[in-house]
Formats: sequence, C-alpha cells, structure tokens
Amino acid sequence: MDVYVHGLEWTLKELFVYPNEFIYWSIQIVMYPYMTGLVAGAFVLSSLYHVFGQEDLKDLAKFALVFSFALLIVAPMPLMFHLQHPMRGMEVFFTPHFTSAISAFGIVFFSYSIIVATEIWFVYRKFFVEQSMALKGKEGLVNRIKWLIYTALTLGAYDISPEALHKDEKAIKILAGVGIPVACFLHGYAGFIFGSVKANALWMTPLMPVIFIMSAIVSGIALCMLTYIIIMEWRKFRIRTSKKPWEMTAEEVGGVELDLMRKTSKYLIGFMIAAITLELLDLVFRGYTAVKSWDILRSIIYGKDFVNIFIKQYTFGNLIPFIMLLLPRPTVKRLVIALSLVLFGVFMMRWNVVIGGQAFSLTFAGYMHYKIPVIPHNMQTFKEGVTGALVIGIMPFVLFWGINKIVPSLKYK
Amino acid sequence: MRQTRRDFLKTITRGALVTALPLGAFKFLSPREARASVESTKVRWGFLVDTFKCVGCGFCVKACKLENEVPYDTPVTRTWVERYVILKNGRMLADTPMGGRDGFTDPKVQEEEINPKDIAKGFFVPKLCNQCENPPCVQVCPVGATYQRADGVVLVDRSWCIGCGYCIMACPYGVRFFHPVYHTAEKCTFCIHRLVKGMNTACVDACPFGARKVGNLKDPNDPVTQVILNQRVAVLKPEYGTKPQVYYIGLDENVR
Repeated sequence: MDVYVHGLEWTLKELFVYPNEFIYWSIQIVMYPYMTGLVAGAFVLSSLYHVFGQEDLKDLAKFALVFSFALLIVAPMPLMFHLQHPMRGMEVFFTPHFTSAISAFGIVFFSYSIIVATEIWFVYRKFFVEQSMALKGKEGLVNRIKWLIYTALTLGAYDISPEALHKDEKAIKILAGVGIPVACFLHGYAGFIFGSVKANALWMTPLMPVIFIMSAIVSGIALCMLTYIIIMEWRKFRIRTSKKPWEMTAEEVGGVELDLMRKTSKYLIGFMIAAITLELLDLVFRGYTAVKSWDILRSIIYGKDFVNIFIKQYTFGNLIPFIMLLLPRPTVKRLVIALSLVLFGVFMMRWNVVIGGQAFSLTFAGYMHYKIPVIPHNMQTFKEGVTGALVIGIMPFVLFWGINKIVPSLKYK
Repeated sequence: MRQTRRDFLKTITRGALVTALPLGAFKFLSPREARASVESTKVRWGFLVDTFKCVGCGFCVKACKLENEVPYDTPVTRTWVERYVILKNGRMLADTPMGGRDGFTDPKVQEEEINPKDIAKGFFVPKLCNQCENPPCVQVCPVGATYQRADGVVLVDRSWCIGCGYCIMACPYGVRFFHPVYHTAEKCTFCIHRLVKGMNTACVDACPFGARKVGNLKDPNDPVTQVILNQRVAVLKPEYGTKPQVYYIGLDENVR
C-alpha cells in the first residue's frame, strides 16, 4: 500500500496549527454540493411548469427534467473521488448509521432518483410507444436496437388513448409536486452536513441548509438556461452553415427565444435575492454576536479570503450578473455572460464554505492554505485536484448527450 | 356484516389506542443504555495530565508512534505535546514541531526569535484523544465504523471505515487523521490493547516525570479518580458539550 499523509501535499500551514490538521475536504467536497445543488435547481425549474402551471416555462421544463437526471447520476461521483476507500462506498447504503447526516444520502438519493426517473417515464411514455410502433419490423441493426430499447422502455404499457394520457399528466403533476420537497431535502441535507459540524466555527449555523437550497436553485436555473442557450445557438449555427437561406423554416432560423429567457431570469433573480439575503444575514449576525470564534473568522472573511468572498463571490458572482439580468432588452451574449457569472458565483460560495471553513485552525491561532494541485503526479493529486474537478464538471454534459439520444428533450416546435 | 366508513374508522382508532397505550408504558433504550443494563460497566477509562510536570521531552510521542505503528517520520500522530510561550505584553505563541516528538530544542517559537526577558510564562501541554462521553466523531460516522466501548474508549474499525473524513471534521480537538498506511480514520485508543491486559498506556510508561496517568474513573480509590475528585482540574474546550474525559492539572486559559 502507498504510504502518504492525506492532505500534506496541498496544505500550507501558518502559525499555530495542530499536527493532525490538514485540508482533508478538498475540491471534490466543493464539487459535491455544487452538483447536488444543480440537480435540485434543475428539478425545481421543471416543477415550476408541471406543478404551478407556469406555461411560459413549458419548453424549458422538459429539458430541465432530463438534464437534472443526467446531473443526478453525476452527483455521487465527487464523493467516490473523495473517499479514501471508494470500494467501501456502498456501506453507506447497506449499514447506514442514522445519527450521521451523510447516512441519509442513500435513502434521499435513491428516492429522489426514482421520482425523477418515473416522472421522465410518464412524460415520455407516449413518445416511447410511438417509437416502438414506428420502428417495428424495420430493417437494419440500428433500427432493431432502437426498437428493442423503446419497446423495453414502454414497460408494456401501450395504451395512449386520451384518457390514459390524462392519467399520465396527473401522475406527472403528483411526482413533480412530491419531487420539490425531496429535491430541497436532498440539497438541504447537504447543507446540514456542514451546518451541523459544531467543531467548525464557520460552518455551524442553522441557516446553512436554507442558504444551500436557495443557492442550489439559483445555480440550477442558471445552468439550465445557459445550456439551453448554447444548444439552441449551436443548432442555429449548424443549420445556417449547412442550408441555403430559402430552405430554412421560420423555427429553424429562430434559435433562442429571448422571451422565454426573460421570463425564466425573473425566477432566477427572485431566488438570487433570497440567497444573498440569507448569506448576508449570517454574516451580519456573526459579526454582531461576535462569539469566541469571531476574531479568527473576521481575519479570514475580511482578510485572507476577502478576494474570494467579496470580489469573486459577491461582486462577480452576484452583483454584476444581477445588474446584467435586470437591465432591459436582454441579448444572447449578455445572458451568456451573466449566467456564467452566476454559476461561477455559486461555485465560489461552495468553495468559500468548504475550503474557507478549513482555512483556519481549530486552535483559532493559525491558518491553513489550500494549494490546489493543478498538474497531477499521482492518484491523490489527480482525484483531488483541478483534473478531478474537471472530470466531474464535464460528466453531466456527456451523460446528457447520451440520454438525450433516447429521450429527446430539445425538439423543434 | 355491513360496515360504513364511519364504523371502520371508529374501530381503527379504538384499536390503535388500545395497542398504543400499553406500549407507552415501555421505555425505549438507546443502544448504549441497553448495553449498560446488561453488561457490567465497572470500568470507565479516564486520563490525567499534570502540566506542571511536563518538560516537553517528547518521549510519550515517540513511544506512542512506535507502539501503535504510526509511521515515525510523518507529521500525523495520536498524541502530541504543545509548547506555549506567553509574553509580558500578553501575546501568546505556540508550536508543536513534529508533534513535539523530538523535544523542543529550538528556542524559536513560530519561527520567531524571542528575548527571554520578554517571556512572562512558558509551559508544555500534552494532548491526546479525550475519549469524550458524548463523542461527535461517533455521531457523524455514516457507516458506524467508529464506536464507543462500554468503558468509554472510542475506537475505529479499520476494516469498515470508508475514509470520508467526516469524523476528522467533527472532532473539536483535532486528534483524528488518516492513517498513512491504511488510509482509514485513526486516533488515540488509550492503548486499549494494553489496558485490557492490566498494563499502562505506552505514553504513561514512557513519561519520565509522571505527567501522564491513566485510570478507572468508576473506581473511587483509583489514584486518578482521587485527584479528579479532590483537586482543581479542568478539561479542554468544554463549550462543545462533548464531555471530554482527559483532565488537566494547571490548565492555562491560553491553551487551545
């Protein structure tokens, strides 16, 4: 077995720090709440249409639902990258120790997966049946495989009469409704994992789960909007370069519907306000009550992490995109920049919580600095460095590309 | 027999009440309470550190690393010694190079040259797992790989730990780390393998000045219990509600 001290490679210590203290929770623990946050956010966005009947979000809802499924599959991966014994990860499901916040993961994650998968099935049931009928008896290996997949996906339910479809819609509504609290729970408990650590002065606050849920919805909506814009613009670009102008239909020239984006960004702004309010409340409260840990926390928040918190997170991640989204007459370019900044801001928030929470020692008299490994030279620096984070970051898009082949979520009208 | 919905609900409610009321007479026991009522728990291990006697030689750290096979040249350690220097202007300086394994031979503290005339007081504080009565590390383990014995000692099952590090985060004393070889959570065990054989812990045996003592807190005649009962002692960070069971004589307010 390899002999190494976990964390030694990327932790720089300053002043008085206990000998066993290192940055044990590194980049993958930043990625983990970031990914579950995107899942929850994407699902809430799709539910806004299904449950609350926000007709203006109809086009985005289907996409958001399928995308949240792709994100969902990726959500546990950062944990697997982080565990020292990933092969034992299944123990969390088999021998959960219920006083631990992490042990809820198995139950919440599985029940949530089932809800999302079932909802997708109901949304696409008609499509599966139609595909299965159309492909029946067609020549060619690809058609045969496709037929097999779709026939299996119908699960033998071929009734697509209006009454049956009406029942489907009812089921979708119920599932989307049940899904919202479960999605919030999935992410809220991720916040609870941090908020309940009494040993960590920065993490311990009952506001943590709520802050996490709000920023989760912000990031989820932003990612869905951004991905939607990129995919639609890419399609428009491809059609424009391959077809003669007189061959194109009106829909094909269209690309992104700015009206849809304008409406969605209203929800985004609402959740952003909620997230920022809670975060500032937490900060003000800490400063005002000024308990024992405040001296070291202040030196982190206003000193060592000032750029990360106030410049990167609040200015670039919140204030600037907030203004860009509020300005009238949005353009695609402005939206892309604003949404990317929102996503960056939420990532920085996760970073400032996870890494910021370990930036100071339990002695309250020393600091630790996380020097993130960029170029890996062993398994540790690969998994818990920039490369590992990139793998996790790219994964949902690859999965979405694959899933979208079977359940097309972005169709021309 | 015809039954209306109203009748059905009535019967159900009555039935539920009839079964629930006698059940209320029973008391639900936590696993620890249940175990305590069956097993004989005549032992509760506790620890006593006399900071006045510690000179910072680091023999305890050496002995611990060798006894418990924590790779000698790694900075992680199950027990360590801290050096505190308080200046006349009230400033506190502290360090623990390699956990104090090789003693404190460098007059520099925190890489600072200090004029001996400026020093108001200086002392050493040995640290180890507090074997808390209410251990947060046990609470947060997602798979139950870390547990508390009936005698109070908290252990880690190396064959079951998944290495998530949640227990390391949950410990306010920073006593946990990942073992450099097994890559599972690791901590001081009060040398339980020695205690159960009637021996002392390795650090207690290695201490030339008797600064460290281990004893049974349930035995009122145990010398450790005697000191804790009759003298003025303190524990580390009681504000976390962990109820630590390592007691200190002469604990300074500067100690972290």
